[in-house]
Amino acid sequence: MKILVPLKRVADPDNANKIKVSPSKIETTGLEWKPNPFDEYAVETALRLTENGANTKARLGEVVVVTFGPKETEVTLRATLATGADRAIRIDATDDQLDGDLIARALKALVEKEKPDLVLLGKQQVEGDANQVAQLLAEYLGWPQATFAGTIQSEGDKALVVGREVDGGTLKLRVTLPAVVSVDLRIVAPKSVQSMHSPAHVYSDGVRFAALMAIMASKKKPLVEMKLTDLVSDTALKIAYTGFEAPPGRKAGVKVKTVQELVAKLKTEAKVL
Amino acid sequence: MSNVLVIAEVEGGKVRKATFSAIAFARTVAQAGGTFSVLVAGAGAQAASADVTGYGAAKVIVVDRPELAHQVCELFAPTIAATAKAGNFDVVVVTASSFGKDVAPRVAAKLGAGYAADISAVRTDGGKLVFRRPIFAGNAYGLCEIQTPVKVVSVRQSEFAAAEPSGGASPVEAGTFAAADPAAARVEFVALEQGKSERPDLGEATVIVSGGRALKEKFAAVLDPLANLLGAALGASRAACDAGYAPAELQVGQTGRIVAPKLYFAIGISGAIQHLAGMKGSKTIVAVNKDPEAPIFQVADYGLVADLFTAIPELVEELKKG
Repeated sequence: MKILVPLKRVADPDNANKIKVSPSKIETTGLEWKPNPFDEYAVETALRLTENGANTKARLGEVVVVTFGPKETEVTLRATLATGADRAIRIDATDDQLDGDLIARALKALVEKEKPDLVLLGKQQVEGDANQVAQLLAEYLGWPQATFAGTIQSEGDKALVVGREVDGGTLKLRVTLPAVVSVDLRIVAPKSVQSMHSPAHVYSDGVRFAALMAIMASKKKPLVEMKLTDLVSDTALKIAYTGFEAPPGRKAGVKVKTVQELVAKLKTEAKVL
Repeated sequence: MSNVLVIAEVEGGKVRKATFSAIAFARTVAQAGGTFSVLVAGAGAQAASADVTGYGAAKVIVVDRPELAHQVCELFAPTIAATAKAGNFDVVVVTASSFGKDVAPRVAAKLGAGYAADISAVRTDGGKLVFRRPIFAGNAYGLCEIQTPVKVVSVRQSEFAAAEPSGGASPVEAGTFAAADPAAARVEFVALEQGKSERPDLGEATVIVSGGRALKEKFAAVLDPLANLLGAALGASRAACDAGYAPAELQVGQTGRIVAPKLYFAIGISGAIQHLAGMKGSKTIVAVNKDPEAPIFQVADYGLVADLFTAIPELVEELKKG
C-alpha cells in the first residue's frame, strides 16, 4: 500500500496560551516548533499499515510525507523520515500564502502525480483548528472519505474498515481504496490499527521515536522540493483574515474550604442549583 | 442581503437540537437583510420537518429518503449542494457536530465556496459578513471573510444558543434528491455503536459532570450518583478516555466536544490547555482537585482542594438535603 501523509509543523500546542495576540497578527515567538500532533498520529498509522509488526524491517508499502512550508520545515520532514517514512516532499510556501482550500487543491495535483492508495491526514492542525483539508481533498479527488478515525482495519489493501469517532459513539464505515482518511487521537492506541500483514500485532501506546541509527540513515532518504505553482496555477485564497482578538479572560474565582460552603455558594451566589 | 440555507440533522425521526444553533446563526444573518430556509434531509425527514416550521424560515425543504438513514457524507453532500444551487443560497450553514464537520467542507468544494469552520460569532461590516472563529485552542479569535460568492460555515453549538420558536408556520416543500457521487459507491455503512445512556447529550446539557484520570476505575462509581442527582451529562478529560476509564465519546476538549453549560464540574481534571479549550465558555465552573496548583483552578469560579473520593460522595449527600 502506498500512503501519502501531509503534515505541518505548529507552535508548541502545550503552550498555546503563551501566544501574543494583537489586532493585526498572532506571534508565536519563543514557542518551539512541534509536529502537529494529529499529523504525527497519521504518520504512525501509515507506518503501522505498511509494515509487519512482528518484523518491522520488512516494509510492505511506501510512506511519502509532504509538507507546505519554508526551508526550515525540512527539519520536521527529516524527523519523520527517521521514524520510518520512505521519502519526503516539501512544497515551498509560507502560511500566509495558504488556506485549507489551496492546500487541498495542491494535494489533489500531488496525488495525481504520486498515485497513492491512501491519503492519511491528521483531522485538524491545532493552530487553525479548521478540520477541513481531508474532506476538501476527498471531494476534489472524487474519493470516499473517513474522517476522525479512531480505528482502522485493513482488508487486503483493497479496503479499510474505519471506526470514526462521532458525537455519541463510533460510526464504522468500509471505504474502498483509494480513499482519504483523517485520524483522531485514539488511532495510536496499541490495537487501533490492524494491517493485513500482522493484524494481531499489539503496538506500544502512542507514536514511535527514532533510533539514533535511523536518524543518521534518514539523511540519505530522498527529500525533494517543489514550488506551489508546480501543482496549482490558481493560488488565490478563499479565506482572508482581517484581524485577531484575544478571547475574554477568565479569572480564577475563590477556593472554598468545604463541600457545604461549595453548595451554599452555588445556591446563593452563582444561583445555579 | 444574504439568503441562508440551514442544514438540519435528522435523528430518530426528529431534528437534532444541534440544528437550532445553526438556525440562530441564520436568523442573525437574515436580520441584516435577507431570509433563511431549512433543508431537512434524511430518512424520516418528512415527519421531522414539523420540528422546524415554527422558526421563521422562508421555507422548509424536505428530502426524505431511505438512502439517507446513516450519516454518510458522500450521500448527503450532493443533495445539499444541489439544493443550495437551485435556491440561489449564498450562505450554507451547519452546526459543527461530527456530521456537520464531516460534510460541510465537501459541500463547499462542490460549490466552489470558501469554508469557515467552527465560528463563534458573525457580524456585518460594510455589507460584508465577518466571521469570528477560535484558533490556537481558543487562545485567540481570528476574524475572517470568505472571498467567494457562496459561503459555507459551521457554527459552534456552545456559542450560538439554540433558536427559540418565533411562531408562524413556514411552508414545507419537497426538495430534490441528487444522484449520489461516484465516491458514494465506494463507501459502505457498517455500524453505529452508541453507548446506551439516559443522560442528556453533552452538547445540550445544562449541567456537566466531567472526570479526569484521577478517578481511575471508579470513574462511574464516583460520578454517576452526582450526574444522576443533577440530571447532568457526563464528560471526561482526554487522559481519562485514553486510559479507558471513560468512553471516547465523553471527551471534552479542543478536539473532542466543545461545551458551555450553565454549570460544569471538573473533577480530578488538572486542566490541560486542550481541555480548557473545550469548556472554558461554561457559565459557572467548579473544580475539585487534590493538587492546589492544578491549572484548572485558574479558570474555576469555585475551587475545592480535596480528595475527590471523599468529597464527591459528601457533595452528593449535601445536595440530597435540598
